[in-house]
Amino acid sequence: MATLNPAVESATASHHGRKGVWSWMTTTDHKRIGLLYGVSSLLFFLVGGVEALLIRLQLAAADGTVLSADAYNQMFTMHATTMVFLVIMPAAAAFTNYLLPILLGARDVAFPRLNALSYWIYIFGGLFLTISFFVGGAPDGGWFGYAPLSTQVTEIVRMDYWALGVQILGLASLLSAINFITTVFTMRAPGMTLMRMPVFAWMATVVAFLLLFSLPIIAVGLFEVFLDRNLGTLFFDAAAGGTPLLWQHLFWLFGHPEVYILILPAMGIVSEVLPVFSRKPLFGRSFVIFSGIAIGFMGFGVWAHHMFVAGLGPVAEATFALTTMLIAVPTGVKIFNWIGTVWGGSVRLATPMLFSLGFIAMFVIGGLSGVTHSIVPSDTQQHDTYYIVAHFHYVLFGGAVFGLFGGIYYWWPKITGKLLNEGLGKLHFWLMLIGFNLTFAPMHILGLRGMPRRTYRYPKGLGFEFWNFIATVGSLTIAVSILIFLINAWRTKARGRVAGNDPWDGRTLEWSISSPPPEHNFDVVPVVHAEDDFWHRKYREDEEGRPVPIPGGGDPLVAGPDDPPIHLPSPSFYPILAAFGMFLTVLGLVYVPLGLVLAGVGVVTVVWGLFGWSMEPLTREEH
Amino acid sequence: MGRSTRVHPGIGRRRRVAIVLLLIAVALLLAACSGNDPTNLSRVVDGANPQSSLDARGPDSATINDLYWLVFWIAAAIFFLVQGALLVAIFRFRQRKGKERAVKQVHGNMRLELVWTIIPVLVLAVIAVPTLSTLFDLRRAPDPGENALQVEVIGHQWWWEFNYPEYGFRTASELHIPVDRPVYLTMTSADVIHSFWVPPLNGKRDALPGRISNLTLQADEPGVYVGQCAEFCGLAHADMRIRVFAESEEDFAAWATAQAQPAVIPSEGPAAAGWETFSTVCVACHAVEGTQAQVRIAPDLTHVASRTSFAGATIDNTPENLRAWLHDPSSLKPMRPDLNKPSQGRILGMPNFHLTDQQLDDLVALLETFK
Repeated sequence: MATLNPAVESATASHHGRKGVWSWMTTTDHKRIGLLYGVSSLLFFLVGGVEALLIRLQLAAADGTVLSADAYNQMFTMHATTMVFLVIMPAAAAFTNYLLPILLGARDVAFPRLNALSYWIYIFGGLFLTISFFVGGAPDGGWFGYAPLSTQVTEIVRMDYWALGVQILGLASLLSAINFITTVFTMRAPGMTLMRMPVFAWMATVVAFLLLFSLPIIAVGLFEVFLDRNLGTLFFDAAAGGTPLLWQHLFWLFGHPEVYILILPAMGIVSEVLPVFSRKPLFGRSFVIFSGIAIGFMGFGVWAHHMFVAGLGPVAEATFALTTMLIAVPTGVKIFNWIGTVWGGSVRLATPMLFSLGFIAMFVIGGLSGVTHSIVPSDTQQHDTYYIVAHFHYVLFGGAVFGLFGGIYYWWPKITGKLLNEGLGKLHFWLMLIGFNLTFAPMHILGLRGMPRRTYRYPKGLGFEFWNFIATVGSLTIAVSILIFLINAWRTKARGRVAGNDPWDGRTLEWSISSPPPEHNFDVVPVVHAEDDFWHRKYREDEEGRPVPIPGGGDPLVAGPDDPPIHLPSPSFYPILAAFGMFLTVLGLVYVPLGLVLAGVGVVTVVWGLFGWSMEPLTREEH
Repeated sequence: MGRSTRVHPGIGRRRRVAIVLLLIAVALLLAACSGNDPTNLSRVVDGANPQSSLDARGPDSATINDLYWLVFWIAAAIFFLVQGALLVAIFRFRQRKGKERAVKQVHGNMRLELVWTIIPVLVLAVIAVPTLSTLFDLRRAPDPGENALQVEVIGHQWWWEFNYPEYGFRTASELHIPVDRPVYLTMTSADVIHSFWVPPLNGKRDALPGRISNLTLQADEPGVYVGQCAEFCGLAHADMRIRVFAESEEDFAAWATAQAQPAVIPSEGPAAAGWETFSTVCVACHAVEGTQAQVRIAPDLTHVASRTSFAGATIDNTPENLRAWLHDPSSLKPMRPDLNKPSQGRILGMPNFHLTDQQLDDLVALLETFK
């Protein structure tokens, strides 16, 4: 590397040769943590996918006998809990971790060790939920854990695993939200004003605020469930003056912002991919950003549309019907602006673009069926049926998962240095699109024809057999497409095409540095002059607004002798220690009173970790 | 033509035999299924999709359907417009064979963006008006002049209790109603949250512990309508079904009069022996009017033989099925009676009492007299 700055060489050299398990366990590098998040969420995606396939096999025919009722209830509870808390949220965290600092022109997040703590709490939370399968059964009260069903049977600890597991997963997300917000507000490169931030960074910011405000609500609710179950606090016991509806309000006041927490990162990814593959800037950029912010605010005002059959009364129902309709407006604005971005462009149908266009097409369907839920009278028919299952899979699979896969194909070359195979990528896309629609489109029909969700079997004579069978065929098609993705990833590792710094002719700062990026991201902290700054380094516009290449414009910036020294966070063992302490704590709390001993050990470990953390010296002096 | 008949006649014959055998096997299988399957609903109710919300059989359901289809067609129009625009954008501006075009760097168009912000607002305003008016309409309790039938509904894990206060009797999971008259349900739950849903007659409504909720049902025509619990309520949520029998006023009155009669305990024969078992085992949970069995934490059995089904309206009510149920209830429907705690109001199903064959025969004989 042709650097003139000894600091860059020293930063590169001092981190050279950091390999092995220990280096990953103690890493504070946002890119490594991002990779850990990514690989972990992919593994849990396979777990959640197997759960989904078991559900589909059970429902392939009437009176299915693949799973018992007990096993089925665990499967759908864990499928949702896994996909929401262990797959989509951490996958978004993977992208945000890896990319946010680079997109902002920063060398790391604001709190690197806190970042590591978030990851380790997440992975221990995932393990905690998973081991429940092997110690008397996984949670079986639904991912929504409606009280008093979730507090009814205290002899079986499954819902304790759920309440505590989701609790610490929430803590992990809360910490990373604080970290990302601080990063956005304090770590931007010179000239990177808020409005110049890439849209993905904006959506990550909105998500972080949604997490910050919504997670404390579910935390309170989960503590109440845990206390009702273990101390007899009666928050949700109607006979003692408690109220089951309280739980629903708390859950959905978190749960609806959560929907936007899941979808906004994908919207951010799509907003990055579409301009690059249309060779045009995002149409109405500030409209897209502000509609994302509007969704964030309005997302807190629509929760009771999950409760239209709970008996809130017509005035409350009318109010939430209107707010629910209204939130469709900023969502629609985004879709129109995305189409406006493609319109008039020079459209390259590479795999990331296909997934992004698929995202738009599928999300439109999910959005429109979502509007039908705001029609309260018709929602009283659709509520808790497969129509709803269809709707939110169009949003969370057709939307979020397609968007995330678009991001994977888009940034894979940046992260690994090698391009995923385009042929396999397209095969993956088309099979997934077909399989997805085969699986979930029929569920609209099933729901309207009266098939409720969360039913482990259906009798003959209701006419549910045909479309359920088709849906099962579709789910197997999705499984094949995922297999193709895994093969593609494996092949690319061995013989993928070398990507170079900027394989897509990108617009944002990550494409200005090497692939994979050096640990310190930027040899020279860039000075930002415009939105899509890297694009403007490479191209100027002629009189008609067409891009004209600037020779050598995309060359990497080279550090000069006067550039300031590079400071990188030191590795630390304390985050994983504190997270392990939390794991022991919640594991002990499941088995009160005897488990309190273990919980005590856990608390001591947490304190040890945090104390060591705060006393930790800087092992490496600044150069 | 000649060619096609000559090609490998042996294989063709073997194939034909295989196909015939397969067809016979499938036919036998189907026959076996429809013959012995105690949960098959096709014998109970007509139509390919009897639980469909799209097939309205009452005024409330019809109102909901009209509204749904209005919104559906608006949504369909938007669907075709948006997907069409997307497809046109993709195909019209697709890059040919790696030939990049230098396209104009358009950043936006304020007027256009305002237009496509305002148009959705207007569309939503159009659907908001009928939504709100219908919503308030459907939530209205029937007027006194409409002479609504009052029924109290209590959700239990995993069956429905229907209480007819005007007549003084209770049924389980099977609701009889007169046609063309509103039926006003006053609902609550004995344990966790359930949701009462018979799609052809109306949308669903939750039944919550400690709260009262209401729903109006009305059927246009006599017939059987099926539905089921729509709020996940634990292990056997899928097996918490509802059958609604809509009858003419005369038929309903005759049925109600019969249901209001107390049971008569047989004095001789197997049924009398059955009562001995009943009065020592079953009385702990089941009530039979006119006897000392008055505990109401499980279905009222006063007229159990008059019902078409049992176990949360999931199993056809035949002596054989009843006997199988009494022999081992959890084998026909998943339950957790080992976790029953009656003192806390927690009943998670019927235990297996390990009755002898003789006791089983006698009990079935007894229950068959409770017509």
